[in-house]
Amino acid sequence: MNHSVWIYIFIMIVTTNLIRIIPLTLIRGKIKNPFIQSFLYYVPYVTLAVMTFPAILDATQSPVSGAAALCLGIVAAFAGLGLFPVSILCCAVVFVLEFFV
Amino acid sequence: MDNKLAFRKGLRVGFPIALGYFAVAFSLGFMAKKCGLTPLQGFIGSLFTRASAGEYGVYTLVQQHADYISVIAMCLITNLRYLLMSTALSQKFAPETPQFLRILTGFCVTDEIFGVSIAYSGPLNPWYTFGAFAISSPFWASGTMFGIIAGSVLPARAVSALSVALYGMFIAIIIPPGKKDKAVLIAVAAGFLLSFLANRMDLIRNLGLSSGTITILLTILISAAAALAAPRTPEKNQEAAS
Repeated sequence: MNHSVWIYIFIMIVTTNLIRIIPLTLIRGKIKNPFIQSFLYYVPYVTLAVMTFPAILDATQSPVSGAAALCLGIVAAFAGLGLFPVSILCCAVVFVLEFFV
Repeated sequence: MDNKLAFRKGLRVGFPIALGYFAVAFSLGFMAKKCGLTPLQGFIGSLFTRASAGEYGVYTLVQQHADYISVIAMCLITNLRYLLMSTALSQKFAPETPQFLRILTGFCVTDEIFGVSIAYSGPLNPWYTFGAFAISSPFWASGTMFGIIAGSVLPARAVSALSVALYGMFIAIIIPPGKKDKAVLIAVAAGFLLSFLANRMDLIRNLGLSSGTITILLTILISAAAALAAPRTPEKNQEAAS
């Protein structure tokens, strides 16, 4: 039993890291195709947006505090705060709000 | 380019990632314990895999004594987005970046590490990514280990607050470019809306897609639509790189 758990973990490690590394071994230069270029430009923003919402509502004990963190985070980022301040602000909002909700 | 400085900047940006990782990994560890993992297995598995949804999926397979081929399938489905992320990163390097540094950067890719790396202004210095990786992954691995050892000791309120650290960072990555480029803002808004619908509408929930699969499908769909509606011109790319 113990033995096979290690095999599960080994397969998990190899498969996951191959997925990460394969594109970087295959694609060495700049992609010239304008559509692919544009597509790849949007990928990071879209994928982070999709992963943030509605997941942030489920990450907290109450969806209300998650929603508040999202809104204040957007306002703070719009105002020009960096990664760390926005991140801490979101945590603080949840921590304080969950005294009440 | 000063590699030491880039590494230090990476350490700094990696700190909030590390906090969020610890909280999330802790709850992952609690779950891994139920699936029968030892603290050492959790530590090693997390240190070298670093994929929340992927690990969660595999640990449930461990519990079910599933066959090994389904472990591969699980990793592919839950982590296929890394394929897109690494492809996007391949375009972010300066042309003279050595191949082994590119591959090491690929090894570091997680949602969060990718997020901060792609937000790096100008061509990516791999050492920035390594810095963020160096501080955050030990927290991910030890969070899992302590979760397995301790069960649910961290108060729920603390976990709750820490777990939005990651999302706060995502927000800080996607909003500023949206301010400059309306197409990005619209793509982000579309991402929020469609992701909400896909995760909450019974019609789509009944299809039984994992959240990883939904992420991939929506990313491809929205990014392709944005690429068609608002293609990038060489001038715009120049602007974004400066």
